[in-house]
Amino acid sequence: MDDRTRRAAQRIEGRPAVPGIALGPLVRLAPAKHETSQSRTVAEEHRALVDALLAAKTALTVLAQHAGDDDAEAILSFQIALLEDDNLAEPAFALIAGGEAAHGAWSTALAAQIASFDDADDAYFRARASDLRDLRDRVLRHLAGEADQALPSGAIVAADDMPPSMFLATDWRDGGLVLRRGSPSSHVAILARSRGVPMIVGVDVDRLENGTDAVLDGDAGLLIVNPDSDTRAVYDQRRAEQSKARQAMTSFKGPVLTATGELVQVMINVTGLAELEGLDPSHVDGIGLMRTEFLFQGREKLPTEEEQYQIYKRMLEWAAGKPVTIRTLDAGGDKPIAGLTQQGDINPFLGVRGVRLSLRHLDVFRQQLRALARAATVGNLKVMIPMVTVAKELDQCRVLFEQALEALHREGRHAKMPPLGMMVEVPAAALTIEDFNADFFSIGSNDLIQYVAAASRDEPQLADLAQPSRAVFNLIRHVVEYADGAGREASLCGDLAGDPEQVAALLDQGLRIFSVAPGALGPVRAAIARYAGPVA
Amino acid sequence: MNKLRASVLMRHEVGLHARPSVKLTKLAKAFESRIDLGLSPDGPWVDAKSIVKVMATKAPKDSTIYFRAEGSDAKAALEALVTLVDGDFQDGR
Repeated sequence: MDDRTRRAAQRIEGRPAVPGIALGPLVRLAPAKHETSQSRTVAEEHRALVDALLAAKTALTVLAQHAGDDDAEAILSFQIALLEDDNLAEPAFALIAGGEAAHGAWSTALAAQIASFDDADDAYFRARASDLRDLRDRVLRHLAGEADQALPSGAIVAADDMPPSMFLATDWRDGGLVLRRGSPSSHVAILARSRGVPMIVGVDVDRLENGTDAVLDGDAGLLIVNPDSDTRAVYDQRRAEQSKARQAMTSFKGPVLTATGELVQVMINVTGLAELEGLDPSHVDGIGLMRTEFLFQGREKLPTEEEQYQIYKRMLEWAAGKPVTIRTLDAGGDKPIAGLTQQGDINPFLGVRGVRLSLRHLDVFRQQLRALARAATVGNLKVMIPMVTVAKELDQCRVLFEQALEALHREGRHAKMPPLGMMVEVPAAALTIEDFNADFFSIGSNDLIQYVAAASRDEPQLADLAQPSRAVFNLIRHVVEYADGAGREASLCGDLAGDPEQVAALLDQGLRIFSVAPGALGPVRAAIARYAGPVA
Repeated sequence: MNKLRASVLMRHEVGLHARPSVKLTKLAKAFESRIDLGLSPDGPWVDAKSIVKVMATKAPKDSTIYFRAEGSDAKAALEALVTLVDGDFQDGR
């Protein structure tokens, strides 16, 4: 290959998803292969496992080199030694020879060993079962074509798509994200926005080469591979300005007033405790949306009542008396949860998701309600139900909440009923908002927009339709006006609230409570401060 | 060829655990001889070069480890392994 052509600067156009500039080496994640690999031959399955074992060993060796402490190094050396021992994978290869797929063969082979350690009398040996589980999952990830979760920091990561769990496990620091799939409102984009990770979508990532130098321009939706020195200089400068501006924004505090002196509340959307680190509760008006589905994702077992309670409690303690609005599990749609959401829903966004799912899995829902009722005694908790379509659903939730409360009181536990509100994201609910016995309303603009326009937010070709249209604004005004008249609060917690260019339009509709990604606090507050009333 | 034998009391506080097993199998692999490990003088025997097999013995603290080796460097192998176990896997570091 001609070295000069390979090194020539290359501009690749995508669509902007999260603004910002990132510079760094490209890291290309292997595309996820389909798990249905029955069509592969025995030799291919054998090869797949050999490759996965080798890849897992390489990844572990790199990790061990950077472990930094003896214990971590010892654990990793142990796992590497296991991988180097042919006896470990031998039963799996035997199963593959008998016609099993690599994935199932490896799981079965390791299951026997894990069980043997689980049964040990000695606690030290029992604990080794977790090493084997870790090893099992690492190899399975390689078999599934998912790269290791430990991505280097400061890199520009390119992939087909990225599960939220992987995004959350990565140290992004100055890095950026380039995806083929997804959209500005997909879930990983929400996370990227809240952490200020520049991101673009709609890029043909197959053409990208590992390790090449790149610039990611999240404002323009542009990826520049092998930038020349002039381009680099321009972007170095822009990045310096960006970090300066970000710093200035986070130091922006105190109540937010419009130019006409009207008070507006600005809260934050979070997915867990990690985002609250380094955030001063006195800089915000509370948590407007805590998405609990991330507590349920990417784990073997659903979180227990106690685990949930501890997280909710710490969140309320952080907020120090300011309101914390926790949304009950909003699984389904684009947020599947193993063992809970339905597989093969014909149209997941119009399927069994949000409250529809919770009301069909009462065991899981009751646990969450119990954890919430207990947390309500700690601070200023509000609980919000997602995807409510008809009044009956909210009424059922209220009854279940009261039952949970009674049971807790019978057990002698401290618990209380928090204000119970609803997300307004289904057009039917927005249109008949006066029918709902909700203590407050929070408009979920991401889903509302796609339901109003009948256009998926993840369909790149329909990005022009899945926009905040006049139809959407009319519904927002309808809800806000009703809430004002009824003496209840109405906020907006979708991405729309975090877009500085839409702030004036939302204030025009009467909206006075915004809940945004922490990264958008500065720009949104600035836009509110500029607002001088509706343009006549 | 005759099998050489040796035994040693293991005093490591957590038994033949992850770190000791890694050290033991690594050392065993440094020798050409075939080396077996057992928890009694009559076996059952497992391959001392396989960490999967060695860990599976789940040898606890204060157990006596028996080795038997067969090959050109069998004597040296047994000496080295006994020294390792007797020296508590050099875990003082």
